[in-house]
Amino acid sequence: MARLTLDDLKKIKEKQKSTFTLREGGYRAKITVHMGTCGIAAGARDIMTALMDEISLGKVEDVITTTSGCAGLCAREPMVTVEIMNKPPVKYGDLTDAKIREIFKEHIMGGTPVDKYALVIGSETTY
Amino acid sequence: MEDLSLHILDIAENAITAGATRITIRIVEDLDANLFLMEISDNGRGMDKEMYEHACDPFYTTRTTRKVGLGIPLLAQAARDCRGDIKIKTEKGKGSAITATFQYNHIDRKPLGDIEKTMIVLIASNPDIDFVLEHKKNSEWYVLDTSEIKKELGDVPINNMEVIKIIKDDIRAWLNQVNNMIK
Repeated sequence: MARLTLDDLKKIKEKQKSTFTLREGGYRAKITVHMGTCGIAAGARDIMTALMDEISLGKVEDVITTTSGCAGLCAREPMVTVEIMNKPPVKYGDLTDAKIREIFKEHIMGGTPVDKYALVIGSETTY
Repeated sequence: MEDLSLHILDIAENAITAGATRITIRIVEDLDANLFLMEISDNGRGMDKEMYEHACDPFYTTRTTRKVGLGIPLLAQAARDCRGDIKIKTEKGKGSAITATFQYNHIDRKPLGDIEKTMIVLIASNPDIDFVLEHKKNSEWYVLDTSEIKKELGDVPINNMEVIKIIKDDIRAWLNQVNNMIK
């Protein structure tokens, strides 16, 4: 049976040594997935899984993901807030796996907010 | 909530909000006793008397963004629908433990679902918190403790995507093994 072994972890550790300095500058973008009861019931876990998948597939080093509670707009869950350094934050709602992957490519990697899925641009920050 | 692993994620989010640094998720599937049990315990700030008394009241919530709090009430309903119940133990300043029990073979009992997704979402989003998953099915055991993994990793962050993938595959391998076992 496959089991987590120390060797697996050591291999990663060795590999990371070479790339580690690259990330010390911090991150360029932060994606917050709203994980209140409402968000989770509406599918927030799959949204986060899709984001982690995109980050992993694209070997993206400067984007971090985090979670927060309910933002008060339960009917529009699943929601995420995208904050790109020095740009106003953008909240997206009614997300699906396909929509969040599109947002990842267009907004987070490309820098252009996806207006058709955006709920709010600017003014609000995550908490 | 479609499955029990989503309830676990929801309750664990409460523990994170409570400032926990270590969260333990225990799942016991005991087919001989016809019991499914899950417990989420943390070392967060715990609840005071008022909060504890209102924990199962959907119209009580500590948040300010809306007036209802459904996490615990939904879990309580899911358990009670299956001849089970929930139990809350809490001590102010020490932490909380929420235990939900279900009749294992009850027709309304939701499946456990993708517990590996719940774990990696928690671990990757909260690298500073230690997570423990203890899963017992009949006589088989599985334990994952991220504090032990962190010790081995040294400078490499636990939310490094390669580490996350190893953790996910490890949980999946355990589930495949234990769920395909012939009784």
